[in-house]
Amino acid sequence: MDFQDYKDIWVFIEEKDGVIAPVSLELLGAGRKLADKRASNLAGVLIGENVKNLASTIFEYGADIVYVYDQPIFKHYRTESFMKALLDCSNKYKPEIILYGATSTGKDLASAVATDLPTGLTADTTELDVEEETGLLLASRPAFGGNIMATILCKKYRPQMATVRAKVMKALTPVRGRMGKVIEENIALAEEDIRTKVLEIVKETTKKVRIDEADIIVAGGKGLGSAEGFQIIHRLAETLGGVVGASRDVVEAGWVPHAHQVGQAGVTVTPKIYFAIGISGAIQHIVGMKNSGLIIAINKDSEAPIFESCHYGIVGDAFEIVPILIEEFKNALTREEVSHVREV
Amino acid sequence: MLHIVACIKQVPDTKIIKMNPKTNTMDRRTAPAILNPYDAHAVEEAVRIRNRYGGTVSVVTMGPPPAVKAIKKCIEIGADEGYLITDRRFAGADTLATSYAVTKAIEKISKTNPVDLIICGKMSIDGDTGQVGPGIARRLDIPPLTSVNKVVEVNQEKGYAIVHRKFEDGHEVVQSTLPCLLSVEKTINEVPYSTFPNMLKAAKYEPYIWSVDDLEDVDIKQLGLKGSPTIVSKVWTPSKPEGGTIFEGNAKEQVEQLLSIILEKKELFTVKEES
Repeated sequence: MDFQDYKDIWVFIEEKDGVIAPVSLELLGAGRKLADKRASNLAGVLIGENVKNLASTIFEYGADIVYVYDQPIFKHYRTESFMKALLDCSNKYKPEIILYGATSTGKDLASAVATDLPTGLTADTTELDVEEETGLLLASRPAFGGNIMATILCKKYRPQMATVRAKVMKALTPVRGRMGKVIEENIALAEEDIRTKVLEIVKETTKKVRIDEADIIVAGGKGLGSAEGFQIIHRLAETLGGVVGASRDVVEAGWVPHAHQVGQAGVTVTPKIYFAIGISGAIQHIVGMKNSGLIIAINKDSEAPIFESCHYGIVGDAFEIVPILIEEFKNALTREEVSHVREV
Repeated sequence: MLHIVACIKQVPDTKIIKMNPKTNTMDRRTAPAILNPYDAHAVEEAVRIRNRYGGTVSVVTMGPPPAVKAIKKCIEIGADEGYLITDRRFAGADTLATSYAVTKAIEKISKTNPVDLIICGKMSIDGDTGQVGPGIARRLDIPPLTSVNKVVEVNQEKGYAIVHRKFEDGHEVVQSTLPCLLSVEKTINEVPYSTFPNMLKAAKYEPYIWSVDDLEDVDIKQLGLKGSPTIVSKVWTPSKPEGGTIFEGNAKEQVEQLLSIILEKKELFTVKEES
């Protein structure tokens, strides 16, 4: 394998119903930096049906090239069809690095592609860098149950691949009218060649918790002792108009469903205010919330690592502090409303 | 009769494990080895499918000899047979080398009893990647179906399975030919307490134990550390941010200081509009 043949940084562009997944735009931002460092091109790989028109958006977010596979067979994501397109593209144009969002689709596709190429794949990366000289990708992620970070390399194979967590990289501000080169590709693939069929797509109509979209998150950890103790998290969230978040331990203990889990194995969140109550602050949790606007920690243990990752902290018993906070907040809001009325 | 293989892993209980702060490595002695919790759901689903249609559930794992214990746990859940592949030459495998070795074991198991369905847990709690399942499917050239949270039907006669694949805002109903590989979400089922007869069976059960030499057509270069494209170059603790301001005073005073900070973000709270 001659590494000289492998250049450019690629991002797999995830698309659904004509909309590009936010994580793909974030990866274009991250990929741009890597490409600049390597003085190479940044390319998006776009696979779908009637998706060609999205190329302009991909250029606006930083790409120089967009490879497009626009065929009816790609109407729905299926591992086998998408994998064949990506393998075709990779074998033809030989990228140095391919990045995928660590979404269900991105992880599914990347795992399959890595096996067939074959090459190394780093999962759920939270930090990316590249060696300027060698093009070696430095992909870092929480490891060993999330207590520590590990940097993972793939020295002997190209392309190097990683899936990257949503909301940890930053998308560039789109540049209106920024242009690039569209390369249209086609593969001969018949419906009979694909062994899976999507029979139906069911959108969840019931309102689901989307903690990644919340402005205020009140998260609780195992320091609250029990599912009953955890109720104060619900009460504070309700008072503040926020949503409930939780650490991995709490979800594994079954106090709240997995949709509330913040961190490496859960959701990455960036609310304006994040409360970490009774959460010790394992690295796997911190990577999921460290970009929050304002992080407030409440913990009995003054030595808890969470105090090194918060903006403001209270060392104290949550069962004492939180009820006061709820009451004082309600009082304060009433005062606010009164003063507001007076102004009018 | 269906033959279902569940792929499992014995893992250190990462909730309990302590890090050695000097060497930045896991102190494995501090954590008991358990059956990867996600894999318990994979085995349970395999058992449920067998109970519905008839057949056999085999579990397969790669690991050190004590991983027999994880297999016994699967027998408690209701699996029929267990296979452990264990050999120093497997050590240090990343996901690519792991999927290669496990595939070789499944190929061997298939020779005496062809496999219709393979089920994996979503991921392991120590590796956290979810890459081995799809890797096995690719190597066997069967369709991988990830994020499965419901098995609707397995029709051996007509050679298909129908499952639900969960995604961020809903799910899709997918039909695949058999054999195929499912990697399942935790929400797919609840693993009940083991029954007494199963516990007795597990206590007496002795799994098949194979070394590299027991497998067929193995390319040694693809095993273990040698067969792993990825390497961990370093482990590190992220540079600590400066650390926050810790409020002083009694509980009430602390809350007051906190509140004055929070209320600076008034726009988040004054949702009441002027009507």
